[in-house]
Amino acid sequence: MSTARDEILASIRRSLGVTGRERPRRTVVEERIARAPAGVVPARGAVSGRARIELFVAQAEAALATVSEVDTPDAVPAAIAGWLRAHNLAATLRMGADPRLAAMPWSETPLAVDEGPSDGSDLNAVSHAEAGVAETGTCVLVSGPGNPSTLNFLPDNHIIVVDASTVTGDYESAWARLRERFGKGVMPRTVNWVTGPSRSADIEQTMFLGAHGPRRLHIVVVGGRESASAS
Amino acid sequence: MSVHSTSPQFKDNAHAALHDVQLQRALSNVRVGFIEKRAKAAGKLPEFEALRDSARDIKDHVLAHLDLYLEAYIAKVEASGGIVHFARDAAEARAIVTDICREKGARTVTKGKSMISEEIGLNDHLAAAGIEPVETDLGEYIIQLRHETPSHIIAPAVHVNASQVEEDFRRAHTHLDAARDLSEPVNLLTEARGVLRERFLAADVGITGANFLVAETGTSIIVTNEGNGDLTQILPKTHVVLASIEKLVPTLEDASQLLRVLARSATGQELSVYTTFTTGPRRPEDPDGPESYHVVLIDNGRSSMLGTEFEEMLRCIRCGACMNHCPVYHAVGGHAYGWVYPGPMGAVLTPSLIGVDKGGHLPNASTFCGRCESVCPVRIPLPKLMRHWREREFERHLSPATVRSGIAAWAFFARRPALYRLATRVSMNLLAFAGRRKGGTKGRFAWLPFAGGWTEHRDFPAPQGGTFQERFARERAGRSGETGATAPASSRAA
Ligand code: SF4
Repeated sequence: MSTARDEILASIRRSLGVTGRERPRRTVVEERIARAPAGVVPARGAVSGRARIELFVAQAEAALATVSEVDTPDAVPAAIAGWLRAHNLAATLRMGADPRLAAMPWSETPLAVDEGPSDGSDLNAVSHAEAGVAETGTCVLVSGPGNPSTLNFLPDNHIIVVDASTVTGDYESAWARLRERFGKGVMPRTVNWVTGPSRSADIEQTMFLGAHGPRRLHIVVVGGRESASAS
Repeated sequence: MSVHSTSPQFKDNAHAALHDVQLQRALSNVRVGFIEKRAKAAGKLPEFEALRDSARDIKDHVLAHLDLYLEAYIAKVEASGGIVHFARDAAEARAIVTDICREKGARTVTKGKSMISEEIGLNDHLAAAGIEPVETDLGEYIIQLRHETPSHIIAPAVHVNASQVEEDFRRAHTHLDAARDLSEPVNLLTEARGVLRERFLAADVGITGANFLVAETGTSIIVTNEGNGDLTQILPKTHVVLASIEKLVPTLEDASQLLRVLARSATGQELSVYTTFTTGPRRPEDPDGPESYHVVLIDNGRSSMLGTEFEEMLRCIRCGACMNHCPVYHAVGGHAYGWVYPGPMGAVLTPSLIGVDKGGHLPNASTFCGRCESVCPVRIPLPKLMRHWREREFERHLSPATVRSGIAAWAFFARRPALYRLATRVSMNLLAFAGRRKGGTKGRFAWLPFAGGWTEHRDFPAPQGGTFQERFARERAGRSGETGATAPASSRAA
């Protein structure tokens, strides 16, 4: 019995005039997947040190995120508490089990911290990025117990901590980082690229923030001010 | 055939659209915003044109090896715990989705914006099976309330004005305070956010489309600005991805090339807010995400476009730039095209998918100005493909009778050059004469026999007398100093 799968593949092969068994075709495909050539990479991201962090910040702000910078992970909780206060937002915060976040001194702030995924009732959440991409000011987040995906979308205000040493110039370098961690050809359930807060222009093509996802996106870059000397 | 099509009535649809005041007001938002934003985004990236070449080449490479990339992709999805289904046509795709929903005992499904879902007419089918589909993209939600189809592939409700949305919300959200203020568009957005948040949390199955599928990793990619696609896929227990087979790309690097041109071409953003790469269901250690992950790979006519002159259409990444830049779309909007895909891409794709007998008039909805091709991020030669359809339509004797008799008459004279010269000379002079007499403006026709479709909305310039052949002969004679061909002393209107 021929299945839909077989018939679709057969129809493709009939149209292309191939059998699917041609060795050279198979080699081309296998090699392309194995080598993953980069293609055209914008020169914009080919900057390092402080210039790369500045590009990341400028691009994130152009996408309507707000950004603050601190020098050490220990300074993150106070920076987040200060940002929430400055915007008159509740002193609550939900986060996952990311060890980098867990090591931060939250008890030194007035923040009431909850751990685990969101059920939709949280106002604020913090995630730790796997990487940042300077070319478009994009944060790269991976799903898992460290940073549950629901935190990226359900709370009204989302805060992302980005370690300056993980900010890459371009998407290709960010994929290289992920492959180092997960292996070639292997991905976590979800990789989220987040570039600014949620928005919609579906009513009369006028843009408003906070469509279904967070109304505000605040990024805290850690250790970026030293990076001019560090890298 | 899936969604009911009114494409055969394109002319009547267009006529109605031109006289629709609300629509014309709404379309003015397309005519300026999109064009400026794209131009700015393209201008800011020096590599933009090189990226368009790269995007085209990636798509061509995939199409030439589509069978093998599909096999590689399927193996990866299965290795990550996902389930792949195959649908030869719209009916099979609908049945697969309905079966998954039934098996899960689903009562409501949330949906991210998906053009392939529109193409297969999924919503009506789900509703008939007692499963409530809830569109969550704001534009899609609005048109679902209005029982309409999208009029644009990335801005589905671009034909609707805010005051109409207010009426729809008041009619649909009867549980809310009737005295609430909805005069500001932002209040409409906030209301939709609140209403849909409950639907997200209650849904049993989430259905999204896919902008790309990655063979290297078995990953599906969606791109949104609202975040609705993500809430659709991470909250319910089951995530179903609908994707047509040409969405494949080899690697994450290739996807990145295409992502660099997609948002810039579509909305003029450097990147959409949320670009989401999804691989399989939730992992044992994951605290959230769906327990099962299904991909429905849909052919519905694509495999037989391969190897034909329409193969290049399969490069399309659904950015909408061609319609944003199309003077015909600007004038009549998306619904006049009568099926799911409007604008230049729809004019080429619709006849491929629903047949030239139903969609064959659409390729005539073009001025051949070439703007669509000049902005298409994957460099699809849309005017050329529309011309191919016109040729096919003519071959199959499907052209309107006036076009056919006109061309037949031309063919008769073309075989008889002397007669042709005489006839055109006579008629040019006649037309020049008529043009001076008829209509308000000198030298223009307000009406011409057999050209009512043209002169109804604009004047046709009247010839100034004389024919091309006469002028050619005269000028050649002038250049070479020969006097062989006599230049008839036709009356030269000023
Ligand atoms: S044909 Fe080209 S411009 Fe039109 S939607 Fe497709 S990719 Fe975009």
